[in-house]
Amino acid sequence: MTRGKLLWAPALLAVLFVLSLLLPAGDLLGLARTDRTLAGAILLELRLPRAALALLYGATLGASGAAVQALFGNPLASPDITGTSGGAALGAVVAAYLLGITGPFGFAAGGIVGAGVALALLLTLAGPRAEAATLLLAGVAISALTGAATALALALAPSPFAFYDAFEWLMGSFVDRSLPQLAVAATGAVLALALLATQAGRLDRLALGEEVAQSIGDDPARTRLVVIAATAIGVGACVSICGAIGFIGLVAPVIARTWTGHHPGQALWPAAALGAALLLGADLLVRLAPLGRTLPVGVVTALVGAPIFIRLVTGSRAQLAACATWRRACRRAAWRSDGALSRSILIWTPEA
Amino acid sequence: MALRRRLEPLDLDLDAGSLTVLVGPNGGGKTSLLHALARIGRPAGEVSIGGRLLDHMPATMRQKMLGYVPAARELAWPLSVRDFVKLTAPAATPEAVADILEGLALTDLAARPVDALSTGERTRVLLARALLPRPAVLLLDEPFANLDPLWQLRLETRLRAEARHGTAILVSAHDLDLAARLSSRMLVIDRGNLVADAAPETLAADGIIAKVFGVDRAADGAWYAVT
Repeated sequence: MTRGKLLWAPALLAVLFVLSLLLPAGDLLGLARTDRTLAGAILLELRLPRAALALLYGATLGASGAAVQALFGNPLASPDITGTSGGAALGAVVAAYLLGITGPFGFAAGGIVGAGVALALLLTLAGPRAEAATLLLAGVAISALTGAATALALALAPSPFAFYDAFEWLMGSFVDRSLPQLAVAATGAVLALALLATQAGRLDRLALGEEVAQSIGDDPARTRLVVIAATAIGVGACVSICGAIGFIGLVAPVIARTWTGHHPGQALWPAAALGAALLLGADLLVRLAPLGRTLPVGVVTALVGAPIFIRLVTGSRAQLAACATWRRACRRAAWRSDGALSRSILIWTPEA
Repeated sequence: MALRRRLEPLDLDLDAGSLTVLVGPNGGGKTSLLHALARIGRPAGEVSIGGRLLDHMPATMRQKMLGYVPAARELAWPLSVRDFVKLTAPAATPEAVADILEGLALTDLAARPVDALSTGERTRVLLARALLPRPAVLLLDEPFANLDPLWQLRLETRLRAEARHGTAILVSAHDLDLAARLSSRMLVIDRGNLVADAAPETLAADGIIAKVFGVDRAADGAWYAVT
């Protein structure tokens, strides 16, 4: 990672953040001429929470995705694919609709517990250094379970509007979030980022293999615990306020690692910055798209993120075809791409 | 981590500049002993190097004390060979890194991703990583597995040279001929017990090899199964 790129990241984030506050500018400028107080209130109470939530949620997804991938030694691990976001949503739904807890702190507590349970379950089912196939199957099982349990919780909820309410919330959106809600998500996100930052060196050294890492005095079991706790706190708090948002936690670390020479721990901050930039960008797109109505931002991240992921997958598969026929081609190809991803796909695709 | 064989209580001293070979049947406890010495998997007991307990050493000191080469050669991320070797010694000079890479014929592979290397090449990369901080003690788990004959010879020479420079080396092996050639001190571990600690000739003469491994050497030097 060059210093130049490191300096560009905060500048880019600052520009996106300011754009997110000011755009669309037409109505706000008109209002500022007639009623400055109201314009200020819109900026502070509507646009600031929205922009800040996008920034913090994106950074949390990027960093926790990078940490969880480093932990499992696998680029397919991410909060959305492996059921952590689903667990958080289930926890928040149970807290809000079945336990009758109100207020953002209660939701967040439910989300954090749900995310933590989902991650612990993943670790139990798949094991600490899971093969891609095992990890994906465990993730699919957990996602299916949390999805069904969320639907069940909503069906059993006393409120007849539970399904309708929850749909808009769970699809992932930053619209109409309040300053107290922002405070809750921000607390979770900052705590998660601070905890993950303490593990960057250890996650790098985990690339040497768990045995070597232990021989030089690291404790991978403790690293695992810290990463799981941090991810549960960050993703749990953010999902309980903004709903589940897919693909950022998967794609941002995969791209960020190509900037850090594939060092999984060093990729934490670049992945956080990229995640924040992607989510701010996606939210701007949602706001500025001339559709006459607002799309949930989770739809946009999936529409933008899925093709990137598919490109990574097909790229790896083309290289694997070369592998089968010519070993040198394989080595050169793996050099260019994220080799760990290639290997995962090799296990993942039945015909490979 | 896979469940390892439980070790019976044992005491072991390794002298500076000595080269010791650890042999034993499959599942006898070779890796368990090396894990216990490298403090892998929260083992019981104590290990001290130069009179200081390994568990109480700060990380920077510990890396200079102990180098470990695992039997597992699977590596998760496509780090370049140079980055991988430098990962636990970020303060190493470029000359020191170049020297280590050159010594293990890794210079041409320095920019390659480690996961695209052959198993034998990965062994050399793991060894280079362990050697770079110039550790006082070197523990190697089956380093000769997956090496071609030339590299087996080269590794033997390299280990002898490291021992001459003062490193205490313990290396596990399953090839008894290679083990006997490599060192004058052989440890035999069987079912978690350290059953012998002697010169290879003594072990053969005492019938310990035949008892533990179920093989013996005929007059012409060939191995045969003891029934």
